[in-house]
Amino acid sequence: MNKGKKETGTAGAAGAAPARFDAIVVGGGPAGLATTFTLARAGVKVACLERGNWSGSKNMMGGVIYSHPTAAVFPEFWREAPLERLVTRRDMWFATTDSTIKASFESTDFGQEPYNSFTVYRARFDKWLAAQAAAAGAWMITETLAEDLLRDGRRVAGVRSGRPQGDLEADVVIIAEGVNPFLTEKAGLASCPPQAPNVALAVKEVLALPTEKIEDRFDLEPGAGAAIEIIGEITGGLPGTGFIYTNRDTISIGVGVLLNSLVDNVTEAYTILDKFKQQPQLRRLIQGASPREYSAHLIPEGGYRCMPQLYGDGVLVAGDAAGMVNPINSEGANLALLSGQMAAETVLACRREGCFDRHALALYQQKLEKSIVIKDLKKYENATPFLASHPQLFGLYPELMAALAREFLTVDSLSKANKEKLLLRLFHSQVPTRRLLKDLYDAWRSLT
Amino acid sequence: MSINSLVCIKQVPDTTQVRIDPETGSLVRKGIPSVANPYDLYALETALSVRDQHGGFITALSMGPPQAEEVLRKALGYGVDRAVLLSDRAFAGADTLATTYALAAAVKKIASGRDAQTGASGIDIIFSGKQSIDGDTGQVGPGMARRLNFSQLTYVCSLIEIDVEARCVEAWRQREDGRELLQAKMPVAVTVTEQCSSIRYAALPDLITAAKKPVEVWSAADLDVDRERLGLRGSPTRVSKIFAPPARKRGETLTAPERSVAEVAALLFDRLAERGLKIGRRGG
Repeated sequence: MNKGKKETGTAGAAGAAPARFDAIVVGGGPAGLATTFTLARAGVKVACLERGNWSGSKNMMGGVIYSHPTAAVFPEFWREAPLERLVTRRDMWFATTDSTIKASFESTDFGQEPYNSFTVYRARFDKWLAAQAAAAGAWMITETLAEDLLRDGRRVAGVRSGRPQGDLEADVVIIAEGVNPFLTEKAGLASCPPQAPNVALAVKEVLALPTEKIEDRFDLEPGAGAAIEIIGEITGGLPGTGFIYTNRDTISIGVGVLLNSLVDNVTEAYTILDKFKQQPQLRRLIQGASPREYSAHLIPEGGYRCMPQLYGDGVLVAGDAAGMVNPINSEGANLALLSGQMAAETVLACRREGCFDRHALALYQQKLEKSIVIKDLKKYENATPFLASHPQLFGLYPELMAALAREFLTVDSLSKANKEKLLLRLFHSQVPTRRLLKDLYDAWRSLT
Repeated sequence: MSINSLVCIKQVPDTTQVRIDPETGSLVRKGIPSVANPYDLYALETALSVRDQHGGFITALSMGPPQAEEVLRKALGYGVDRAVLLSDRAFAGADTLATTYALAAAVKKIASGRDAQTGASGIDIIFSGKQSIDGDTGQVGPGMARRLNFSQLTYVCSLIEIDVEARCVEAWRQREDGRELLQAKMPVAVTVTEQCSSIRYAALPDLITAAKKPVEVWSAADLDVDRERLGLRGSPTRVSKIFAPPARKRGETLTAPERSVAEVAALLFDRLAERGLKIGRRGG
């Protein structure tokens, strides 16, 4: 008997394992699982390789998922999926270190089927999505990293995992590997390197609070939730936003900032998060909460310009790996789900023709072009460079808004007429008209 | 001739992440992830190695709530042939007496069946970890052996040889003061220590097979058992008090930066001599 034996490469009970699949999906996140589920339900022999212990185990997102795109793939998911709270209120705060202007939208309509959005823990939610895919007949393979692609000439012919007897062949490979697109690069499809300034870094803490306290402090109906986005000096004035999401008995609080702004300012994201949590406006919301988790993750925000080639011979790319994130509206999981579903629909169409070369798979691009995925990404293609080059949006403007509001609401010896003059002077001293017009013009050019 | 074995795997809270409630003295299990008892994975690898060498059929057996299926899925991923979970409210709250009663009944049922694929029947070896990391009793392996009338080898740190003809197993057993070389007749229950083996990196075809392999879930009704002897009702053990053991005093550390190495050595020598250890001075 070998002591401490580690290698041994022979499969024991491998008799029933299929030697070959119709499709292999790399990555068990929303993009990969949407593909896997859709294919499996159509009777396609599909395997999904996930590097984590389970789908979601590598995910840090505790935030909002949108009902409409999710239900497009997983109909009426809200009946069974592990959800935290039904979001009925969306807030946008402009916050300096001492003042806050809050814009809040609340609607009972959000509380009606088919709903608009929910807060979720992706660690639990993705696990549920994976269970749906498995129940639909997919082979869910966890703790397995796809390290390379198998080739047959130009064609991608499968994947190579690091496991013994780890090669797996298929007609088509769908790469949904997330923000670090190693296989996309190996497939020769990548266009931008996944590094600053094309990525943002999000850091987040999960803080435990009793359910009643959450509902009291955030002024929520039982089971309802709030999603709050915060812009201003409170995030250190860097191009980025702070966020708070209410969960069942925890709250997620964090900041997301462009990675290169951290580098330029020689600061760490957790320092910004620490300062953020110390602000009086936030401190009273999280008072007495005990920390449960701290995590950090990259978000691809290079947008349309950084999208890789989305298809090749025998291969498709979906989700974060394809840079499908809308940084203006903080959307990503929905685009991932939709792109994953369209990848599956493309594979199904190509199966009918029996051809998976790049001409056939170009259908995927056509589908995406017609959908919100590429339409929205195109619309905001200049957003990230615009935000990065206009830090005044995150520092000066919120500061100025707060100063004007403070002056307007302060009652002193000035007559209202003089107050108006003072406000205008205050505004012009900070933002000369020419500069304001230029910023507005830039914003209009970049975001519309 | 091949060897059929059975591996017992328990799902336990990941005790590296567990806290003790200072008031009640019990484990705070909320939010703690569950893992396969690490000692049971050494047992699993030992069983896999035996199958690599001699062939045969491996069944993984667990008892616990429905979510304990996860550890059996993991075992299937390593290529075990069959996985059985005992899950029923009737089993809940069992001490080691009631646990071994239920497990032994399951082993009897498994051993009496004939596998459709291999035609194998009977269980030659039961492998389990030396103990679980949550209960720490180390009683379940030996208890099953007694109930099933198997011979037993506990704290095995190295399985040396299986003589299939003579139906005999030879192994090293770890003791506090050394090791002993033992032989036992099959059928035998073996409990293993962390030295015995470490779990392999499962082959991809095994994982693919496992993805579609069912875990059989048995309730009390599936076993030939007396319900009075199951679960809490069948458990005479009563916990009278739970407390955290006093923290062990830290040993004295003799460090070099303040003293020269020669001084540390001399000091160490004196300390050992104070404790009555006879050491001859050797060399310079």
